[in-house]
Amino acid sequence: MSPTAVASSSHLPESAYDPRRHVGVHAELVSDVASTDYPGHYPGEDHTWNLRQFNEARRLCVLLVSFRKTEGSVQKLQVKVHRLSQRSIEFDMVGVDASVANAFRRILIAEVPTIAIEHVYVWNNTSVVHDEVLAHRIGLVPLNVDPDLQEFRTTTGYHSTPNDRNTVVFKLNVVCERNTKAAKGGPNQYINEYVKSGDLVWEPQGEQRSIFEVDPAPTNKEIVLAKLRPGQEVEMELHAIKGVGKEHAKWSPVATASYRLHPLIVLNPAKPISRHLAHQFAGCFSPGVVKVSSEGEISIDERNMRKDSVSREVLRHSEFDGCVELKRIRDWFIFNIESEGPYTPERLFPESIKVMRSKIASIRKAAEALLAGTDEEAASADGDVEMGAA
Amino acid sequence: MIMKNPKVEFCGYSGYRHLLFYLARRSVPHPSENHINIRIQMYDNLSSLDCLLTALSNLDDLCLSIGEAYKTSLTQDEYEKWDEKS
Repeated sequence: MSPTAVASSSHLPESAYDPRRHVGVHAELVSDVASTDYPGHYPGEDHTWNLRQFNEARRLCVLLVSFRKTEGSVQKLQVKVHRLSQRSIEFDMVGVDASVANAFRRILIAEVPTIAIEHVYVWNNTSVVHDEVLAHRIGLVPLNVDPDLQEFRTTTGYHSTPNDRNTVVFKLNVVCERNTKAAKGGPNQYINEYVKSGDLVWEPQGEQRSIFEVDPAPTNKEIVLAKLRPGQEVEMELHAIKGVGKEHAKWSPVATASYRLHPLIVLNPAKPISRHLAHQFAGCFSPGVVKVSSEGEISIDERNMRKDSVSREVLRHSEFDGCVELKRIRDWFIFNIESEGPYTPERLFPESIKVMRSKIASIRKAAEALLAGTDEEAASADGDVEMGAA
Repeated sequence: MIMKNPKVEFCGYSGYRHLLFYLARRSVPHPSENHINIRIQMYDNLSSLDCLLTALSNLDDLCLSIGEAYKTSLTQDEYEKWDEKS
């Protein structure tokens, strides 16, 4: 399935201008926020969920821009990656409901597991930073350990005690001394003035040396944890375990994960902008969104519309009243995920899908047990079904 | 574990051919606890448990489709690759 370049890729698809998909942005309010494509809202139209229609555009071609939307049918799904770097990814998701997009965003922030330091055993801490404050700072240091290689700690069973499959051990040992070779009052007075995250040293336990391809270490070695002066020392043993962001933000794998709706700027053909105001009009939007030709003709650059920040500046000026409508497309989500820690940014979204599917599976199992229970009348007195420990 | 799809009306993502949902409502007793109460009411004496199961399987298919579309786009699309200094 090779992507075929489509000539009209400089324009948004026609379905983007369907008014049913628009959220109106006005000076002091936002209108039409709720989605309306469910059965019953439009009489005579069929909006029931249809997987085949949902997938159709996907199978044809991912770069395909102008797909047909039949009256009252399910909007086609389209996922397109726009930018990728070593630390962040920006991609579009079109055709899903806001609740689903929000679910993925929340899972990315709170439920994709990571490994971070949780237990700090202090042998010696004569620095000015208190034990608990230093331990808190150390816990927030992101590590590059792949969470798939470790197990969660549990309350019972094999993983209720620390072992080489659920704990990664680091040692931190920094002593500050005076630099006898430096001139008095000059730079470099002290050796080991800063306790940095790079001072964390991995101690392989058990079979860990063969499991990890890359030595576990903090992703950024320049994070300052404490400052020392001569005679002060920090010596501690650190245990890192697997957890999720829901429990503590240190286990969140993303710097942040957010989405915004694709903006839409619609010019009113009945009220064109006068030539001498063209540049002022263009200045009301983010650079590159509005093109002014040499004669002063205004046009909106459709592919650059996504860069607009929808600041509604144009609504502040009375000379542009009625000339333009600001909208957003309700089911076009522009995700921006910044990764922090072990996952490469392109791997984060599939991880969140995996977590979502495991939640669905666990609920489905309980619902099916309930169904089987009612069939055989073997349910407990009030019809409750115990869901297993999540 | 909470199902992370708090859709007040299920109708968008599941539903039989002829509009057989009446009402679905959900509420979270307390945000710190992992509990959701869902109420589903059906027309025509249909089984609401079946409806819940269908809804869950549709949601699963949805996640699969999104995952595949994402993977396809990642491997086949041309997108801007840039170097971000940290």
